[in-house]
Amino acid sequence: MTLFLEQLLNGVQFGVMLFLMAAGLTLIFGIMGVINLAHGSIYMIGAYAGTFVATETGSFWLGIPAALAAAALAGVVIEFLVVRRLYGRDHLDQVLATFGLILIFNQAVTMLFGRQPLFVQMPSILDGSVELLPGLSYPIYRLTIILVGLLVAFGLYLLINRTRIGMLVRAGSTNREMVRALGVDVRLLYTLVFGLGALLAGLAGFMAGPILAVQIGMGEQILITTFVVVVIGGVGSIRGAFFASLILGIVDTGLRAYLPGLLRQVMVGPEADALGAGISSMGIYLLMAIVLLIRPKGLFIRNS
Amino acid sequence: MLTRKTLLAASALLATTFAAWAEDPVKIGMITTLSGPAGYLGQDVRDGFKLAMEDNKLGGVPVELLVEDDGLKPGQGKQIAERFLSESGVKLFTGIVFSNVAGATVPDIVDNEAFYISPNAGPSNLAGKECSENYFVVSWQNDSLHESAGQLATNLGYKKAFILAPNYQAGKDALAGFKRFFKGEIAGEVYTRLDQTDFAAEMAQIRAAKPDVVFQFHPGGLGITFLRQYEQAGLGKEIPMVLAEPSMDGVTLAAVGEAAVGVNVSAHWNTDFDNPANKKFMEAWNKAYNRPATYYSSQGYDTGQLIASALKASGGKLDDSFRDALRKADFQSVRGKFAFGPNQHPIQDWYALKVEKGADGKPVIKTVGEVFKDHGDAYSADCKM
Repeated sequence: MTLFLEQLLNGVQFGVMLFLMAAGLTLIFGIMGVINLAHGSIYMIGAYAGTFVATETGSFWLGIPAALAAAALAGVVIEFLVVRRLYGRDHLDQVLATFGLILIFNQAVTMLFGRQPLFVQMPSILDGSVELLPGLSYPIYRLTIILVGLLVAFGLYLLINRTRIGMLVRAGSTNREMVRALGVDVRLLYTLVFGLGALLAGLAGFMAGPILAVQIGMGEQILITTFVVVVIGGVGSIRGAFFASLILGIVDTGLRAYLPGLLRQVMVGPEADALGAGISSMGIYLLMAIVLLIRPKGLFIRNS
Repeated sequence: MLTRKTLLAASALLATTFAAWAEDPVKIGMITTLSGPAGYLGQDVRDGFKLAMEDNKLGGVPVELLVEDDGLKPGQGKQIAERFLSESGVKLFTGIVFSNVAGATVPDIVDNEAFYISPNAGPSNLAGKECSENYFVVSWQNDSLHESAGQLATNLGYKKAFILAPNYQAGKDALAGFKRFFKGEIAGEVYTRLDQTDFAAEMAQIRAAKPDVVFQFHPGGLGITFLRQYEQAGLGKEIPMVLAEPSMDGVTLAAVGEAAVGVNVSAHWNTDFDNPANKKFMEAWNKAYNRPATYYSSQGYDTGQLIASALKASGGKLDDSFRDALRKADFQSVRGKFAFGPNQHPIQDWYALKVEKGADGKPVIKTVGEVFKDHGDAYSADCKM
């Protein structure tokens, strides 16, 4: 039972990280209609900038504003210089341009930091584990990630549902042209949304630093899963992205943890392990295929 | 008339190509992984190889080193090989780091009668039935890395092991190799993903299985992440770890730091080996590059030395005499003793290493004993040349 709870927490933690990435991606895609492959690069920029500052100053906490600022800045600059020119063009052009950005950013970071992965030392207050239940101890840092992720989700909920900007964002994701016709400065709105998405990606990147390696190409690893989240949750829906992230995080972790064991009940050990590993790595894509079959617009988009 | 003209033209062409060939340096095609998280592996192979070259010469023969990045993609490696073969006329290849890239690329190369000298990957199929007289492996057969780890775990008296590796050919070879020489019981066997970055689910499984040793094979960045998360999960103090060298090289150690102290490693080479060739290599490496030497760099260097010895013997020709000279392995390896077995894979000694706190407080990898003497591989019997 404690093992199950621990795996559940692992799933939630993975889901929360996915959400921070997916929130920005789904907004950008939903409101501006831009497929932004460079979102993973922003995640990487946040991770590198935060880790660099944290290592240079010796303070983990100073890394946070650095990561957020660098990522938001990178987002705004990307929007201003590249993405702004892509709003009217078709998705293939967007994919091509933002894929180019990935290559440019990867090479630039290689030139600045080298190929060796970087690490940031965790602050001592977050280091170690805490006993949640008898027999169930869980790393404090991972708990913190869950907490921060949930706080961000709540904050976004307030921002989207309770503020004027949120109203424009919601309006923009349903009918872009109408918002423009009503005299809203759409360009500014776009830049703001892009910056916000980048900020969240940067936060995710920096929080991932102490757990995962800060390395070239780290963004692409998480980006594909993030796209799956966006598709399952429904393009443009923050609420969808939130629940889809959690579902995906838990499903992925659960399959990895339990599928080989279940298969071992019915077949020989090594074969079960290999098959289980194979199916569990396909799991989230299977889930996406099923969702697309049943609800092609995503789980959390109302059929119109 | 026409035939005579054609013949004349053909012979003229032949003469010019021959002349060009005689003057041109020997082209060496290096296909290796330079980008992505595993980019430092290929970088070290390349830079180690370059240390063996003197003024663009190997064994006194001028060479031209063509380096291309395969991006850890088998298809890309194959394409580069085809381009090198047809457009650049390369007849001597090296460089591939990963077994999946080697599996797609090496057969093409040797089928076109070119040589391939592996500085790293040694997949099992190419060591056995699909071996080739133009295919040499300087590093090791993949299984040996993990056989030595299995033997080391047995020597250290562990009875119950939990083993993990990514779900691809080299990962499966790793677990098979470990089990071949580990005499205890296997408490759990888990295949991870090659692109996995978070191992929390696996940590929970390890804790629940209560093994007395963990063996895991995660090359490059994967291994660094795994070790750090192992420490963060509090397992580092509870369950000792035995590793094969791909999971604990100099770069991993620098990145993991304190968390690695106490880890046992089996290896065919270490920075502290006390032989003249290794001292020369380490000195040259530390002078040329501002980063730790890894066993990838040592293998790149040995590959360069082997090619140098054979080019010297054949006078720069890539023919039968070159192959015969390669087989003799007439060079001073940084690992000490070195010879090729019947399938042209190494027969060498394996050592027990341990991560300890160095004099300056930083962890270092120390050689503490021997695991195998003159260890070959399990596949050479299947190889008919």
